[in-house]
Amino acid sequence: MNDDVMNQLKKDYLYKLMLENKRADGRNFEEYREIEIQTDIIDKAEGSASIKLGNTYLVAGIKIQPGEPFPDTPDDGVIITNIELLPMASPIFEAGPPREDAVELARVIDRGIRESKAIDLKQLCITPGEKVWIIFIDIHVLNDGGNIMDAASLATTAALLKTKIPEKQYQLGNNNNDDKRLPIRNIPIATTATTLENTIILDPTNDEEQIAGTKLTIITNTNNTISAIQKSGREPLTPTQIQHITTLAKEQSQKLREKFLEV
Amino acid sequence: MTKPESFITNGIRIDGRKPEEIRPITIEVGVLDRADGSCYIEHGLNKVLAAVYGPREVHPRHMQKPTTAIVRFRYNMASFSVEERKRPGPDRRSVEVSKVSREALEPVIFTEYFPKSSIDVFVEVLQADAGTRTVGINAASVALADAGIPMRGLVSACAVGKVDGELVLDLMKEEDNYGEADMPLAMTQTGEITLLQMDGNLTPEEFEKAIEMAQEGCKRIYEIQRNALIERYKRDIETEEEPLETPEEEPVEVETVVENEAEEETSEEVESE
Repeated sequence: MNDDVMNQLKKDYLYKLMLENKRADGRNFEEYREIEIQTDIIDKAEGSASIKLGNTYLVAGIKIQPGEPFPDTPDDGVIITNIELLPMASPIFEAGPPREDAVELARVIDRGIRESKAIDLKQLCITPGEKVWIIFIDIHVLNDGGNIMDAASLATTAALLKTKIPEKQYQLGNNNNDDKRLPIRNIPIATTATTLENTIILDPTNDEEQIAGTKLTIITNTNNTISAIQKSGREPLTPTQIQHITTLAKEQSQKLREKFLEV
Repeated sequence: MTKPESFITNGIRIDGRKPEEIRPITIEVGVLDRADGSCYIEHGLNKVLAAVYGPREVHPRHMQKPTTAIVRFRYNMASFSVEERKRPGPDRRSVEVSKVSREALEPVIFTEYFPKSSIDVFVEVLQADAGTRTVGINAASVALADAGIPMRGLVSACAVGKVDGELVLDLMKEEDNYGEADMPLAMTQTGEITLLQMDGNLTPEEFEKAIEMAQEGCKRIYEIQRNALIERYKRDIETEEEPLETPEEEPVEVETVVENEAEEETSEEVESE
């Protein structure tokens, strides 16, 4: 009940601001918060990145190990994506098996990487049908300031761009050192918009998320095609809103890509 | 299953359909005895059963909401529903499908009418052949109406995909497995989109067209859902009329007429909702 009262007060406050074309942190509706990305922060991981997106803080770690391929794709490497909404990150996160929101986040991030063919999985085959490189993407959310989806997507891509295959460590491949980079072919970027009554805002904070109707995530590729879409939340969207968000996503992802990831 | 050489020859897909054609659908309403509402759909080779219980008391109690009903949705695939046996029980995919399906239906349910209670939807996929989440939503929507849950309207769902670089409506298994994109969409009778997902590769222009195609598909499915409900309740009225006409002693005609009218009114409400 306490939360309900707080939410109602916050909602009234944010809603009133919205009518004046304002947001609580002074941003305009289509503006992202400040982004700070650091790569190679975990030495033991094959690739890693941390991101601060406003108050949201999370770390993506990539581990690569040899293992068995899936029977239906015997000469493709494997991607396994997991996201941990740690109980330290928010009073509403709890320890234990992932809840549906964590499962959804992880699966959308995974889809963005997989469907955009960001990683050339054919090049991760060691012995066809027997041994391939398995890429474990683990995202640890340390502080939930809202818009975990976009933060996680950016951190994952940043980490993958720096990831090296541990060929020497496992005595595989003909490389005598561990500096072979992952074969990256595409840079997918997630852009999440949320609806507040009839307004569309990008990069919602956790307060805005709590009162928001629905989130729509669009994952856009380097060549402007779309590789994944996810609507999340119980309010419906109109086709016009969806088209508008798609256009915003295209512009926004291009900006983010140029600023942070194009090497 | 191997990849066909081409998916579309002379404008006809491998199962004989045109690009904007949906698979044959049959809907049966009220197929389960214990559930408050139920529906069985065969959609192409998909066989999906939906059951609705509620509004009923919430267990565990801490989940109950003081001002509205909660909606729970469980999507489950039978282990024998697919070519290679699926491990029974929930997995990450079914958790996600359950979440988005619930969110696809919630906007049309008057949850505020039933505080502190739950409306539970169970979807069981008996045979899967691409598009099971959309079939599950279609079945659940009809089952909710069959359970008499007050709704703003039905929800209809349909997927659009891309094969051979061309957009096609309602993917079947081969098209789903080897296609270039898959985009399930659900909408209300008024055209509001309540579920939207996509994976694969679409240009923004293709995406725009895909939404229009999916909405057309949803409209066609809506007609089938509506007709199934009308069929079901027409049958109910007909069978209930008979015993009322048979008694040959004192005719209590006035009462009969009143009852009949009442019956018809309620059934029509269900049909048009």
